[in-house]
Amino acid sequence: MFYREAGDFKVSYQQDSQTFPIKFDRYRYYAVMAFAFLVIPFVINDYWANAILLPFLIYAIAAIGLNILVGYCGQVSLGTGGFMAVGAYACYKLMTAFPEVSMIVHVLLSGGITAIVCVAFGLPSLRIKGFYLAVATLAAQFFLVWLFNRVPWFYNYSASGQINAPERDVFGIIVTGPNASAWATYTFCLIFLTFCALVARNLTRGTIGRTWMAIRDMDIAAEIIGVNPLKAKLTAFAVSGFFIGISGALFFAVYLGAVEVGEAFGITKSFLVLFMVIIGGLGSIFGSFAGAAFLVLLPVVLKVLGVDVLGWPTDIVAHFQLVIVGALIVFFLIVEPHGLAQLWRVAKEKLRLWPFPH
Amino acid sequence: MLDASEGYVTADGRKIGGVVMEMKNITLRFGGVVAIKEISFDIREGEIRAIIGPNGAGKSSMLNVISGFYVPQEGEVIFHGKKRPPMRPYEIAQQGIARTFQNIALFDGMSVLDNVMTGRLNYMKSNLFQQALWRGKAEAEETQNREIVEKVIDFLEIQHIRKTPVARLPYGLKKRVELARALAAEPKLLLLDEPMAGMNVEEKEDMCRFILDVNDEFGTTIALIEHDMGVVMDLSDRVVVMDYGKKIGDGTPDEVRNNQEVIDAYLGVSHD
Repeated sequence: MFYREAGDFKVSYQQDSQTFPIKFDRYRYYAVMAFAFLVIPFVINDYWANAILLPFLIYAIAAIGLNILVGYCGQVSLGTGGFMAVGAYACYKLMTAFPEVSMIVHVLLSGGITAIVCVAFGLPSLRIKGFYLAVATLAAQFFLVWLFNRVPWFYNYSASGQINAPERDVFGIIVTGPNASAWATYTFCLIFLTFCALVARNLTRGTIGRTWMAIRDMDIAAEIIGVNPLKAKLTAFAVSGFFIGISGALFFAVYLGAVEVGEAFGITKSFLVLFMVIIGGLGSIFGSFAGAAFLVLLPVVLKVLGVDVLGWPTDIVAHFQLVIVGALIVFFLIVEPHGLAQLWRVAKEKLRLWPFPH
Repeated sequence: MLDASEGYVTADGRKIGGVVMEMKNITLRFGGVVAIKEISFDIREGEIRAIIGPNGAGKSSMLNVISGFYVPQEGEVIFHGKKRPPMRPYEIAQQGIARTFQNIALFDGMSVLDNVMTGRLNYMKSNLFQQALWRGKAEAEETQNREIVEKVIDFLEIQHIRKTPVARLPYGLKKRVELARALAAEPKLLLLDEPMAGMNVEEKEDMCRFILDVNDEFGTTIALIEHDMGVVMDLSDRVVVMDYGKKIGDGTPDEVRNNQEVIDAYLGVSHD
């Protein structure tokens, strides 16, 4: 009833190409932003930050990054875990080498370094596509994890082979290490997520996004109408790598604090982020959020339901969790192969006509 | 034949200019198969040039040579008086050659508007960082190009489907969107590969009208492949006839129609 374009007239092309063309969407977005920035930091506690909000924010960044590559540019990648590891180790090296520099700079630089690595591993995409490219990026995954395990320089020759995040701050507020408070880590990640989502949205609605989608939908025709495939694919790898690197850096420095590369950034991480993108919806920024929320929240909800409500033993619930998450993924893909974003789109479509659908 | 430097005046009084593109002894082979054999012809500024011939004659291959998708083994392509070196297809698009495809090659996941906007890619100069922030040049450029795209959309009468995903459109409209995408590039030379294939009479008439209007209003040079002889003979100023990769006729529609070789190979004789 209130969700429609009627009466919301566009008088310029800028207005027509804005992020949320429908007024209600725009206000809903402002409300969500205000809530996330002005309310949550004051009520957040350690449990909420570590169990739900931090993983959600960080995985959402990774999912946006992967969605640009897979959903917008059509280049399948199974190297997400490896690229997150690049971000994490780059951040670790920067944090230990330049302790007095702000964390914001470190995280952005980690993203930049990951972008370069990602472009290097994206070069095969110029010759191969589909499953073959997936296998090539899988090689990146294994190679990078091996590299960070075997070359002591990356973990500063520490005896355990682990990397530990030292205490670092942003404008005097501690965001990493054991003394960081929940609201600070949350706000820090939220700022990066907002930044990444805005950049991703701007890129995908403009020229570069169109070249990516053209390559995805029909690469030969795209080249004939003037898309340089080299440039389009490599920018997608670079932007995707930048976001994934940021998420890797945050995942290590802000969320986990200590990382063993094979455990934290193994192949399961690659698949987890890929599932988020597929369940959320390929080629949709909102889908990246939805997918990340779904896969972060679902285990938590199941655990609360099993242990706290039904009173089952923890180990049984933990096993059930895996089974149910797996079954739900299959169910979702059968019912709605285009993901949660498509469900959302259909719901909005219906709402626009409601209550007079004919 | 005509003089290479001067133009001519068509029957309906349009002035045709000098040679835009000249194909010289083009030969294209796929392994042992000779798709095109020593073909030469030219396309003049402002004219509508048709390429006709039976199936498998090498017409589409010829168009692919012009748009740079195939590189001929022998022969030269001369564009605006200069020999064209081997280039990637996107570089040729940047020189001002746009085309449509026999089997529609639109980007299915995008809206009509976005599809047509891709035609403007060669005019987009803002870099990654400007676009990431959507400020200054990136936004201004988007608006400027959107204005041009809207003119094309008006021109081809597809305003009502602007925001529709292309995958949902019927065939005839898809063909029109594809023409819009090619036109948005403001090409110097427009290549149309069977623009009327699979259309009903009404859609064909619409498409003919658009092709003539494009040629008339923008002065665009057009080369097209078409099987509907009525359409070809009505629209085009000059016609090349191909058969088995060879050129068997070249001239005005009337000349071609009375060429015995063309009648034997393709047109046939009416029996009524």
